[in-house]
Amino acid sequence: MRTISKDRLISEMERLVVEAATVLDDKVVACLRNGQGQEPGERARHILGEILENQAIARTTSIPICQDTGVAVVFVELGRDLHLDFDLTEALNEGVRRGYQNGYLRKSVVRHPLDRVNTKDNTPAVIHLSLVPGDRLRIRFAPKGAGSENMSRLAMLTPADGIEGIVRFVLETVKLAGGKACPPIILGIGIGGNFEKCALIAKEALFREVDDRAENPIDRALEERLFEEVNKLGIGPMGLSGVTTCLAVKVNSAACHIASLPVAVNIQCHAARHKETVL
Amino acid sequence: MRNLLLPLSESVRLSLRAGDEVTLSGDLYTGRDAAHKLMVQALEKGEPLPFPLNGETIYYTGPTPAKPGQIIGSCGPTSSYRMDPYSPILMKHGLKVMIGKGPRSEAFRRSLVENRAVYLDVTGGIGALLSQRVKAMELIAYPWLESEAIYRLRIENFPAIVAYDSAGNDVFTF
Ligand code: SF4
Repeated sequence: MRTISKDRLISEMERLVVEAATVLDDKVVACLRNGQGQEPGERARHILGEILENQAIARTTSIPICQDTGVAVVFVELGRDLHLDFDLTEALNEGVRRGYQNGYLRKSVVRHPLDRVNTKDNTPAVIHLSLVPGDRLRIRFAPKGAGSENMSRLAMLTPADGIEGIVRFVLETVKLAGGKACPPIILGIGIGGNFEKCALIAKEALFREVDDRAENPIDRALEERLFEEVNKLGIGPMGLSGVTTCLAVKVNSAACHIASLPVAVNIQCHAARHKETVL
Repeated sequence: MRNLLLPLSESVRLSLRAGDEVTLSGDLYTGRDAAHKLMVQALEKGEPLPFPLNGETIYYTGPTPAKPGQIIGSCGPTSSYRMDPYSPILMKHGLKVMIGKGPRSEAFRRSLVENRAVYLDVTGGIGALLSQRVKAMELIAYPWLESEAIYRLRIENFPAIVAYDSAGNDVFTF
């Protein structure tokens, strides 16, 4: 049976953490450039210019793109033919700990929401594990800042609300977020599932490539419609008006109860950092 | 573009109009949620503040740690609305300039107008760029808060937009 060492996993996790904080994905950069080209307003172009210049500086100096280096969110797919002789959660957290410490990243996790004592190493990470065929381990990592996460919402709609209800809720969420979520944003939208499944698939939608499209034609059509309607709101870069409010909309769907229509909107800011690896 | 010297003089502060694009140079203090809470608690107990608020500037940021040889790490603004419950109390005690990102509450706006203060908006998520405009950093108070402690920064050509002017006009669409 194939195996991998604990040290290798820890050092890979550490590398993902440090790289994600300083190197913005080329495809996200391309979307920002494209947005800048389409903005009629000088202020919006100027703000997108600052964002583009910032990621270039971060890339060359290894200073984090944003000071909010987030909560560590990790999606792990474990091949069922891979044998691990160590505690996976513990090893992932150790990689996160080393990444945030050795990478000089901000530690933004408190141990309890009300006593608010900082854990000082940014652990625990939020880890989602699934078992898949094969003998590989796929790790997808994103540091999720609070600015956009705090503006995310979930609603338990009814089947009668239908697609119009979903669109209304998404637009309302984006308007409430306004400039607070550091637009241009990317929307991760979950429809269906139950209360927690819906939030989870919305989060996972944010891990999709910024230029891909949903496979399901219903989801794909919803992505296109929302992309247009969100960008018609006029919120613009940093909420100071413009046509680039969102860079992409990602819809993930799941089966649900006959009486339910959950919808979750997870907002990602323009610092759309994520990295993945397969071991 | 106008380059403004911090702390702002009263005449400059009152001349600013929502939408003005400016650059900032001079000294300011950092502070976010935890430091605001501690300052307001100190005022309520009649204890002295870590620095005199009179005419001063607070920038809402919690930077990443500086690497060896650097002055500061990534240091962009955090969302200002979380400071809305505290700002009116600090303005009552002399605070005149606040810098952060995003819109504020109506209660904040009223207090801002009463105190003829201003609120400036800096683009969020550009902390690497902004780190290069910081020329000095000194710890002032609450060291246990680490990134959230109060620091004095000397900045040069820090890009900002006048988001709420002293008359209460603002630039936000939403
Ligand atoms: S919302 Fe994103 S870009 Fe804005 S401050 Fe938070 S992490 Fe940074």
